[in-house]
Amino acid sequence: MSQYREIIINGLWKQNPGVVQLLGLCPLLAISNNMVNAIGLGIATTLVMAFSNGAVSAIRDWVTHEIRIPVFILIIAALVTVIDMAMNAFIHPLYLVLGIFVPLIVTNCIVLARTEAFAAKNPIFPAMLDGFMMGMGVTLVLTLLGALRELIGKGTLLSGIDLAFGATAKAWVIHVIPNYNGFLIAILPPGAFFGLGLLIALRNWWVQRSERNTAHAPVMSAIPGMQS
Amino acid sequence: MLSSPYINEKTSVFVIMLKVMLALVPAIAAYVWYFGPAILISLTIASVTALVLETIAVKLRGLPARPFLMDGSALVTAWLLALSIPSIAPWWLIVVGTFFAIIVAKHLYGGLGNNLFNPAMVGYAVLIISFPVQMTHWAAPYSLAGEHLGLADAAQYIFSGLLPDGWKLDAISTATPLDTLRTQLQLHRSVADISQMPIFGSIGGQGSEIVVLMFLLGGIYLWLTRIITWHIPLAFLGALALIAGIFHMVNPQHYATPWFHIASGGAMLGAFFIATDPVSGATTPKGKLIFGAGIGLLTYLIRALGGYPDGVAFAVLLMNITVPLIDAYTQPPVYGHKGIAK
Repeated sequence: MSQYREIIINGLWKQNPGVVQLLGLCPLLAISNNMVNAIGLGIATTLVMAFSNGAVSAIRDWVTHEIRIPVFILIIAALVTVIDMAMNAFIHPLYLVLGIFVPLIVTNCIVLARTEAFAAKNPIFPAMLDGFMMGMGVTLVLTLLGALRELIGKGTLLSGIDLAFGATAKAWVIHVIPNYNGFLIAILPPGAFFGLGLLIALRNWWVQRSERNTAHAPVMSAIPGMQS
Repeated sequence: MLSSPYINEKTSVFVIMLKVMLALVPAIAAYVWYFGPAILISLTIASVTALVLETIAVKLRGLPARPFLMDGSALVTAWLLALSIPSIAPWWLIVVGTFFAIIVAKHLYGGLGNNLFNPAMVGYAVLIISFPVQMTHWAAPYSLAGEHLGLADAAQYIFSGLLPDGWKLDAISTATPLDTLRTQLQLHRSVADISQMPIFGSIGGQGSEIVVLMFLLGGIYLWLTRIITWHIPLAFLGALALIAGIFHMVNPQHYATPWFHIASGGAMLGAFFIATDPVSGATTPKGKLIFGAGIGLLTYLIRALGGYPDGVAFAVLLMNITVPLIDAYTQPPVYGHKGIAK
């Protein structure tokens, strides 16, 4: 059980793709301009990652080392095509907003990185869990960043939710700050970089603080090679 | 030149900043004379905000507050920002701009001496991108304004957005000459035609050309007292005039004169007070010339072909990025050595 626990903690916090590994930043920065887009792309990425990790893990004993990259990419591309077409069919307005970033999940390096680093060496179930949790890690950061940018930029949360759930969902939009002037730079690309930078700084500050608090306990890091 | 034993005058950051502020005073006086006292209020808001934010940032970083506040750099940043945005801008606009200048551009990058970008221009860029409407309501020159804002009315307008009864925003505000030029050119009027409009003065804008002249005087004072060298301002204004002159010669109907470009917008303030920032600008003599000329060229390109009426801020920020490269390639040869081998 502890193995699964570790996979979950790695994906969501310790090895979070968005704020620790800093992989797949292009869609992260480009699509986090509001919460709905962020969640939409996050879920799509999560699904692709879970299934691609599972599929790669299932064939890991038959794929030779030399040709693994093209095989992995083919699998990822096939899965992305499925997701792409499904989104086009069922949540068409959101699909139009996300545009090129759904097909571009193929080239998102976090997807290939997890198949290569984890799925190619582990059994199917842990591999799928790893893909799913890494995807959730991305989704978490995307959603946080999206909420932050939307809140500062437009004063709302969940605007554009009607794109995913039809016109009735328009009432779900939360106007946090009424009569807000809008702070445009938060929605524009600079806001993405500032926001992500602040999230990373916040996480580092948190980690350093908790490390300082546990520093009283005798630690192993005095032994060379034991520092993590 | 001093003779031996070479007693150096100690120039502290505080003295430099004090002289920079002193050099700005005549321009501020001209500003009040031609555009009304609103600028005094926005300068005060910016100064107070800058000092408060500087104190908070320094405390958060665990440093002693007094020496940092006393160096005056926060005040200079605040003044430069306040002078670059409309004087009748709402109070929160100034506060947001100062926040980005002091906290984001300066302290997040490591404080004075470590900031890659000119803090005042970062604040300005954030504001012009985020609040284009508020940033285009400039105080009209007194000679053109329908109504004249006194100190109390200006304070009321800045803090609450309310004008005295029956006044319209149009009566006290106007677009800048650069803005006017831009919008009128889009209506296919010729430059000669446009410059007959009342907002234009003899070479720059009505009233603002005198403010610009005062910036020039202040800049010359800074040069004479050796706070700045001549390289950056001369290269900046020279390059701006040169490229504006070429465009103007090719098509005088569509491109304004070089002297208009030098005498309007932020060119003069930028050349002497902003681009010469010793932290974010180039440091070698040759590098300063390249740096200044780059700003001049970019300013003109943004003004004439870009999407914003004035381009000084973006030009300065873009050239700030190139400073490490410029400095690396323009190191003067060490005495006794030849320059870099050809």
